[in-house]
Amino acid sequence: MITESKFQQTYNFGFIDESTKKEIRRKLLKAVAIPGYQVPYSSPEMPIARGWGTGGLHATLSLIGPEDIFKIIDQGSDASVNACNLRDFVKRMTNCRTTFDTAEATLIQTRHRKPEEILTDKQIIVFQVPQPEPLRSVERYEFKTRLMHAEADYAKMWVSLYESYVKFGAIMQGAGYPVRVNGRYIMTPSPIPRWDVPNLSMAPCLHVFSAGREKRLHCVPPFTKVEPLEFEDVKFHVEDFGAITCAASGGDKAFMDEIYESETSRKFVMNDSNFMDKVRSGTRPPQRLFTNPTV
Amino acid sequence: MNYQDSDNGWLLRVRNLTKIYGDPISNSIQYTGPAHGTNICPETDAIVACAEINFDLYPGEVLGVVGESGSGKSTLVQLLYFDQMATGGEVHFKAIDEGKTNIVTLSNQRKRQARSSLMGMVYQNPRDGLNFNFSAGGNIAEKLLMAGNFHVGRIRERASFLLEKTEVPVKRMDNTPATFSGGMQQRVQISKAIANNPPLLFLDEVTSGLDVSVQAKVLDLIRHLQRELGVSMIVVSHDLAVIRMLTDRTLVMKNGRIVESGLTDQILQDPQHPYTQLLVSSLL
Amino acid sequence: MGYVAIKGGEDAIANANELVEFYRIKARTKPIELAQILGQFRLLIDKIMGEGSLYAPEHAALVLKQNEGDVFESAFMLRAYRATLQRRYYSEKLATREMFVRRRISSAFREIPGGQILGPTRDYSQRLLDARLVTETMGDIDAFLGEFEAKLDRSSLHGVPTLSKVIDLLQSEGLLREVEADTNRRVVDITREAVKFPAPRSAALQMLARAETGGIMSLAYSAQRGFGSAHATVGELRVGEVPVRVRDARGRVRLIGRIRVTEAEMISKIKTQKKDPVPYLSLGYGLCFGQNETKAISMGILDRTMRSGGDAPCQTQEFVLYHTEGIESYGFTNHLKLPHYVTFQSGLNNLRQAVERKEKNRGNLGFGSKPAPQKINQPAS
Repeated sequence: MITESKFQQTYNFGFIDESTKKEIRRKLLKAVAIPGYQVPYSSPEMPIARGWGTGGLHATLSLIGPEDIFKIIDQGSDASVNACNLRDFVKRMTNCRTTFDTAEATLIQTRHRKPEEILTDKQIIVFQVPQPEPLRSVERYEFKTRLMHAEADYAKMWVSLYESYVKFGAIMQGAGYPVRVNGRYIMTPSPIPRWDVPNLSMAPCLHVFSAGREKRLHCVPPFTKVEPLEFEDVKFHVEDFGAITCAASGGDKAFMDEIYESETSRKFVMNDSNFMDKVRSGTRPPQRLFTNPTV
Repeated sequence: MNYQDSDNGWLLRVRNLTKIYGDPISNSIQYTGPAHGTNICPETDAIVACAEINFDLYPGEVLGVVGESGSGKSTLVQLLYFDQMATGGEVHFKAIDEGKTNIVTLSNQRKRQARSSLMGMVYQNPRDGLNFNFSAGGNIAEKLLMAGNFHVGRIRERASFLLEKTEVPVKRMDNTPATFSGGMQQRVQISKAIANNPPLLFLDEVTSGLDVSVQAKVLDLIRHLQRELGVSMIVVSHDLAVIRMLTDRTLVMKNGRIVESGLTDQILQDPQHPYTQLLVSSLL
Repeated sequence: MGYVAIKGGEDAIANANELVEFYRIKARTKPIELAQILGQFRLLIDKIMGEGSLYAPEHAALVLKQNEGDVFESAFMLRAYRATLQRRYYSEKLATREMFVRRRISSAFREIPGGQILGPTRDYSQRLLDARLVTETMGDIDAFLGEFEAKLDRSSLHGVPTLSKVIDLLQSEGLLREVEADTNRRVVDITREAVKFPAPRSAALQMLARAETGGIMSLAYSAQRGFGSAHATVGELRVGEVPVRVRDARGRVRLIGRIRVTEAEMISKIKTQKKDPVPYLSLGYGLCFGQNETKAISMGILDRTMRSGGDAPCQTQEFVLYHTEGIESYGFTNHLKLPHYVTFQSGLNNLRQAVERKEKNRGNLGFGSKPAPQKINQPAS
């Protein structure tokens, strides 16, 4: 019968084998070279479920080196359950240092937020992407969306924004607001709130977007123009939190979570947990804020 | 025949335009056409939808294309509007590269630009020309957006102006054309087709699906718009009454070939080809 | 400040893991031995190996035990394990004509060369509860096996021939034709490159062979009910062991073992052409690990419908292949349990503004007001 040793195994640094890492790195280089273009890649199965950050792990684990300091957040929080699980996995497979401190990290993996704190040219941020195709809402077939991108045929996308305005009086896209990268490809920034979208443009850090289940990755390289789709007279707006202040730190001007401790008491706290900690301790880090146009 | 043969002020010049479906052999064209009474190659079953098509279209002119179904007349305008890829031949259009480029060889991207800004098409079936998932205004907006107009206010101004012009109640601008009558759907299609004031418009059996009373109104509208805009048109119809009402000059097609062409009045009064004679006699 | 629980996530995970372990064994029964799972859950092992895309019965038994019998989770775990294994060789083509046939039927002919072999199947059994199993003992098992083995003529076992295929009959008569649309013969490895559509048939077959059984059964069933056309006949369905060979560094072909597979060759008509108006027959092909006849037949039907043209779900490659991928659909369906409060907040913000706008515009119709007319020849700028 089988002995226990048959099932024991050791893992490569970063779990993924070197030839697959090499393939992913090559695809990342291609994605950097063609900003906003979705590059197909092998996307091997991971011991994490599809849709739970496998794409992010592919990028993270093929980029990470022994010297890297790794941070991972989910919905803005270092302590979110899935972030904890993925952090534990990356740590076990690389033995890298991990941190909650946004400024200290060299490699940040995130789901649905870009940290408030300005990232530098020494940092790479990897976004987990559930659906890499921004045109999916107007065209369900991939063989067609690929053609549309190739020929910059974005009319349907624009009409859908127009229709949204006509129906609702505003472009109702919430998170994952479609953007045009470097004046060419329309790209989804992953479901980050609109609050974060302006911070992708002309930023010093490298943004990697990786969708494991869909087997596509795309990049916004440093200092690349990222423009949310908007009309001349119907403008892109970030979420408006008015004069709301954070119940925990007293600070304002950050993406807020709406907290209900009972049916009647609503309060707001800053979503970015590390940023909030810093505000609370009186060392608010540099931040790039976007002002909504007054139209 | 070369496209540069003589510059007599043409807007659109078509030379040897050919479309074949299936596997042609070198003799496919020889074995088909009116003389053989078929457009199907007897050896390979390839369909010679149209072949050896030559004509010029002049600015402000309305050209009719008449023929029975299967004569190749719809294929002809679909080739010109890039709905279909030509098998061979040349098309030159003064609005593109001053007429120097054979536009059937343009990249898809440039073809799309041409379709959105320089041409318009009105199909027999409104579903071919309109996206029923979008509102009537959205359909018109699509053309304007593709031509680089990104101002919602101006888009809506232009769309309501066009709908008014084509006698569609402007208050229905934000409804989907799926809820419109057939005649109104055709009017929305026309609005969309002329949204960017293209110099060239294709109309493919636009009134064939409509009630007789509605037909007359839509034809009236087209004639009126043509005069006002001075746009060149190619009007495809199996119905000589439509041709007589709208066109200056007519091509008669049969089995994928042009069998007769000339001034519309002349053709109606003195048809030369036996097929045209048959068509005309059935009209009277 | 109950919300800001920095260590909360890790503690919660640790507790959840502990509870999972508790629930797995809290009944305090004898631990299930892998040998028992291997021996008595043969079909379950086969299903997991197929969807997990790894022929490793013992590993399949282990993951089943580990996951309290959850088939999705087990197939997923096996698939993830597979991704860590080094790939030394691609096998040579499997020759199913060399199969040691355990079961083999054709619904197309009454008699076939070599005969119909019913083999181990529950097809013709009455699905009644077998109360005897409630009290089954080792003694019962020994008794049955003793009796059964006594009946066997062991000398004849060595003479089991390999069987020719039913489709050979049709082939020799010239009645089988390729499906017209099948032109891309590139062999890809879907685990090494992302599938792009339209995908070559090699990629489609690989994806179907790994697909979730229930998923492809649903779509194959939809084809039979009229959402797409498939009037398929089982040309041949065989279950048995086939040799697996690889080519070593010196170019010699080496046998590395045998695997059990189910193969289905589904026959249906091709579209006739004017040139040749004969409704020839064509094949839809299904092959999967172990004995999983539902899967092989469904695969055979979908292989054919995806190449038939048309826009029913079963005829649309992208639709069939993406949505029957069990590991991916399982993961994504469950990912909805992850917190989504950032995206939700972003939408909520829009919604509240829409409510505000409605209050403000009460009485007005729509958001676009009717503008002044424009001169006709002025192009929209």
